[in-house]
Amino acid sequence: MAIIAQILFIILTATALYLFSKNLLIIRRNILIGKAGFVNDQKTRRWKNVFLLALGQKKMFKKPVVAILHLILYIGFIIINIELLEIMADGILGTHRIFETYFDKIGAGSFYYFIINSFEILAAFVLLACIVFLVRRNILKLKRFMSNDLAGWPRSDANYILIAEIILMCLFLVMNAADTQANFIISSSLQPLLSDINSNTLLKIEHTAWWLHIIGIYIFMNYLPYSKHLHIILAFPNTYYAPLTPKGMMHNMPEVQNEVLYAMQPELAPSGAAAPASFGAKDVMDLSSKNLMDAYSCTECGRCTAACPANITGKLLSPRKIMMATRDRLEEVGKNINKHKNFIPDNKTLLHDYISVEELRACTTCNACVEECPVSISPLDIIMELRRSLVMEESNAPQEWNSMFSNIENNFAPWKFAPDDRDAWTNQA
Amino acid sequence: MKVNTMAEMIASGQTPEVLFWVGCAGSFDQRAQKITKAFATILDKAGVNYAILGKEEACTGDPARRAGNEFMFQMMAYQNIQILNGYSIKKIVTTCPHCFNILKNEYPILGGNYEVIHHTQFLQELIEQGKIKIIDSNEWKGKSITYHDSCYLGRANEIYEAPRKVLESLDMELREMKRCKSKGLCCGAGGAQMFKEEEKGDKRVNMERADEAIETKSDFVASACPFCNTMLSDGIKNRKEEVNTEVLDIAEMIAKAML
Repeated sequence: MAIIAQILFIILTATALYLFSKNLLIIRRNILIGKAGFVNDQKTRRWKNVFLLALGQKKMFKKPVVAILHLILYIGFIIINIELLEIMADGILGTHRIFETYFDKIGAGSFYYFIINSFEILAAFVLLACIVFLVRRNILKLKRFMSNDLAGWPRSDANYILIAEIILMCLFLVMNAADTQANFIISSSLQPLLSDINSNTLLKIEHTAWWLHIIGIYIFMNYLPYSKHLHIILAFPNTYYAPLTPKGMMHNMPEVQNEVLYAMQPELAPSGAAAPASFGAKDVMDLSSKNLMDAYSCTECGRCTAACPANITGKLLSPRKIMMATRDRLEEVGKNINKHKNFIPDNKTLLHDYISVEELRACTTCNACVEECPVSISPLDIIMELRRSLVMEESNAPQEWNSMFSNIENNFAPWKFAPDDRDAWTNQA
Repeated sequence: MKVNTMAEMIASGQTPEVLFWVGCAGSFDQRAQKITKAFATILDKAGVNYAILGKEEACTGDPARRAGNEFMFQMMAYQNIQILNGYSIKKIVTTCPHCFNILKNEYPILGGNYEVIHHTQFLQELIEQGKIKIIDSNEWKGKSITYHDSCYLGRANEIYEAPRKVLESLDMELREMKRCKSKGLCCGAGGAQMFKEEEKGDKRVNMERADEAIETKSDFVASACPFCNTMLSDGIKNRKEEVNTEVLDIAEMIAKAML
């Protein structure tokens, strides 16, 4: 009987890991659809960002109360998962609390108790934090969680994760409480509730909780690739690859730079050089891989949108929605590739079908969204790439902008003034 | 006061230590011209050896690039860099954060390498070096002021302290708006919005910011960007608060307080 459980456990674990890694590889492939790769210079500064922003959650602490709750979840998540090592070992070997047996043998049984007690305390805090987060989202109705950006699935996604965490923590505590030989700090207080149950049933409860807990973890793990919760993994590479240049700096387009150079100095033009295929981004494959990783790293918290001057004043633009739309489109392109091996055009593009011209036109490039993001996402970079495509590929600009362009071209200023009057102010100085 | 151009300076065998990049707003916009003149006056009084490009200056290409027109930007950058490099320019000071950002961050990769500073940084330097002497001026002393962070100075280039340090020298009461420094709210002009009608919404961005400035009940709003200046002045006028709150560039305030 025990051997069947062991085999079952091994099959379950292998399947969970297989599916999870398969989905991660698909996400990796999707990210690498991006045109430009990652910049990987100044490694020390990049690791510093990982430590400060991802590990240290520096930006989260702009809102201290939420930051502490989030930190509890995060530490709880990482540390309680150390217990998974024992669960895995027990599952494979068919043992019961193999670490306890080991620590007892070397005379450090109290250390085992210390560890599990710490896990339990953390579990209790995690439970509490999840409840507070659920209340914030569903009862207090914070503005950034009420936005239409989250209508439908994204709003449920957030709740599912919190509820899943609560269930997992409860199962962990019930499992410990039902273990009659154990007496841990939090779960022991649940034991009086179980006092009327005979030891055989208790054993069954413990086993069931153990199995449900590990199955729950595997489900949660395999849910991640479909969820906004993927940031728990991607926050690390995303902060690592965050641009180290000043936020005001837009990235150069060498292909356009060269076109202009060759127009001005034709002698420099290489013979037979092909004109670049397209300018800016019309679809996800025209964006950089960093833009695409940004989309998968977004946890849809909405700090960007709450700080966006266009959104605050009722414009259609929402930087969070830009990121969500990019991910949705990328997933769609990914499915297309899964099906056909290569991307078969589907008459849709990120620009127009997912992100409208009106949204793009509302951006003031103020960088508030970039500044706010706790995991170094730049919605602005995507907006700018799409604007480039609109103007350079489709000549799609409002009339006022076209006038501005022609003024710059003819009068060397965005307004229609005579270039000769540029220094007229000096006469009155 | 005579404002020399690079061409004149070179012709007379002089090399100015710094080029004052005036920018399009500073050159043509009537309100911004006052800022330009104030800053030129300061440079003159502080004995700075400077020049302007005059008719040889052209738009940096910022609004074109932010609107998505990379070709137009590259054309302007090419021409400007030719001129700047032709004069072997080493150091540039500008009163416009948009010009500042693009000259400092976006020209180097195109072959235009200069030390670029914003006028608020330059003013701070001149004050610290004692080249600007602030006289006791009843005009500012004890009056209240709120400083509006320009996005292209603040978040874009993390310059939050220099303008505030300069204002401190005026002995005024600095009242911060709720959204300031890295959380500062945009005036609504950036990203080439200055040159088009706003998209539809419930409120104009400049009204949102002007309301926040008015809320501080300050006598003055200090700006460090000609576009922010226009946007905030319009917003405050729209609320009929211009008698209580005047929008001024930091350079204008220093020029009035200088010996």
